[in-house]
Amino acid sequence: MKVSYPRKKYWNAPTLTLWERAYLPEILRGLGITSAVFLRNMGRWLTGRKGALTTYYPEETRFDYAPLNRGKHVLTQRPDGKPQCIACNMCATVCPAKVIEIEAGFDPTDLAHPKFPIRFEIDYSRCVFCGLCVEACPEDAIRMAKETPALTSADRHDMWLGLEELLSWNPQRDVAKPYPAAPAPAAIGRQP
Amino acid sequence: MTQDLVVSLVFIVYAMGMLITFGTVLTWVERKQAAVMSDRIGANRAYIRIPFTQIKLVWWGLFHGIADGLKMLLKENFKPRTYDQLAYAIAPWVVFTPVLLVFAVIPFGGVVDPGRIFPPLAGWFDGRTYPMQIARLDAGLLVVFAFSGLTIIGTMLAGWSSANKFSLLGGLRAGSQMISYELVIGLTVLGLILIFGSIDLGRVVERQSGVVLGFLPAWGVVYQPFGAILFMTAAIAENKRIPFDLPEAESELIAGYYTEYTSMKMGLFMFAEFIEIAIVGALFTTLFLGGYNLPYMSDAGFAFPGGATIALGHGTVVAIQLVTFLFKVLLVCSFQILVRWSLPRFRYDQVLSFAWKFLLPLALANLTVTAVLLWLVQGGVR
Repeated sequence: MKVSYPRKKYWNAPTLTLWERAYLPEILRGLGITSAVFLRNMGRWLTGRKGALTTYYPEETRFDYAPLNRGKHVLTQRPDGKPQCIACNMCATVCPAKVIEIEAGFDPTDLAHPKFPIRFEIDYSRCVFCGLCVEACPEDAIRMAKETPALTSADRHDMWLGLEELLSWNPQRDVAKPYPAAPAPAAIGRQP
Repeated sequence: MTQDLVVSLVFIVYAMGMLITFGTVLTWVERKQAAVMSDRIGANRAYIRIPFTQIKLVWWGLFHGIADGLKMLLKENFKPRTYDQLAYAIAPWVVFTPVLLVFAVIPFGGVVDPGRIFPPLAGWFDGRTYPMQIARLDAGLLVVFAFSGLTIIGTMLAGWSSANKFSLLGGLRAGSQMISYELVIGLTVLGLILIFGSIDLGRVVERQSGVVLGFLPAWGVVYQPFGAILFMTAAIAENKRIPFDLPEAESELIAGYYTEYTSMKMGLFMFAEFIEIAIVGALFTTLFLGGYNLPYMSDAGFAFPGGATIALGHGTVVAIQLVTFLFKVLLVCSFQILVRWSLPRFRYDQVLSFAWKFLLPLALANLTVTAVLLWLVQGGVR
């Protein structure tokens, strides 16, 4: 006995109208759309405006990044301007691309934070922008900002960012995250 | 005698220079037009720095063509281990040379009288006039088809001698596709030949210089609008450009019949393709867009339907005709690029059934209707 198993239909078969099946009108419509875009953009170029959506990258950068964009790292600062980083190497350990290099220094005069980074460098040619360093940091010393660093270079060894670049974030002017006011100088030595 | 030789040499240099320039500039036009069509900027990085200064000439990426050519010249010349080295070596030339030769019979301007343009030479030229065309042959259109037929041999030779399955498939596809569309092109042009009564391209253009119905220019596209569309379609297909680029479909066949070609040998194939765009443009202009004719313009000047006339000198007329022809060719080339960047690729069986089941019957119908109408116009049953 022959049993027929009707095949299950997963989609609706596309139906074309007679006009669409005549092919030529729709082709002409498509050509009309593309040539209209061409004429519009060409008109913009000829009248001195920009007729493209793309940017000339190194000369021209976008300003409208999403606030959550992980573009580059910033190191947060204490009120006295020193990095909040205590050179614990947690970020360098967790980094899957192994791009963070930290060299710790010792400052006996700063009793609360005697360990500080002398050198804090990130290789942006290998960074995968995963944000794990931010997760790992116990001190909230590293965050990711939405801007992108200017890294255009013909040499991948030029794509390292050092302390001075990473400390460019000015917390006093960041409205989104109010920064605590600087404590009185006398209070520093008495912290537990 | 010497005068004829000099004039012919000038025409040949002009035509060759024009074709090579078109081939180079069209690579840039194609990039830029595609970019503008898709909201992009396009090639804009290659520049020429003036020596000893920091002035960099970018010129909207016009120098990318030079960069490409240099890259092609300096690349490794890879040779596949094929047993047919001779065929492998000559295939690019078999594709490239006929494409240049086709232009010999296409008129790029009206009749020129060198004595009137250069008065000091008037005595030497002794009132001779020359049609601006390298070879005024009675068999003009047949020469065009004969030479474009040679291109098929080149592509099939390349596909066969590369000893590569992708190349072989590409060569097979190129052969079947080009032969099919060659036929359609021939049939679409037949209607036009019936109307103009000649296959001498110079004469075909001269017949298009008048006016029909009092105001329409007597161009081929007015007589044969349907034939013009069919011809354009078949010509793009014969040039293997995108809606019909099955022979070199890169997603299936890498690069089709020139997979095994590198450096300038591959460059010749590409260059031939771009020159062929210009050739198709020139042919379409000659057959359907009135060649070098501007509407209402004759050798004496403009004569508008209202009765107004503008008299022009001989030199001005020749210059206008040359520029008109170039402008029309560029316009048709630009249209071909528009088609190439707008339409999706056909499937292989669709390409062939499109030729044999759609274009061919339509071309035959077009020919029949033209013939019957002509018969009626010329007297019908007597």
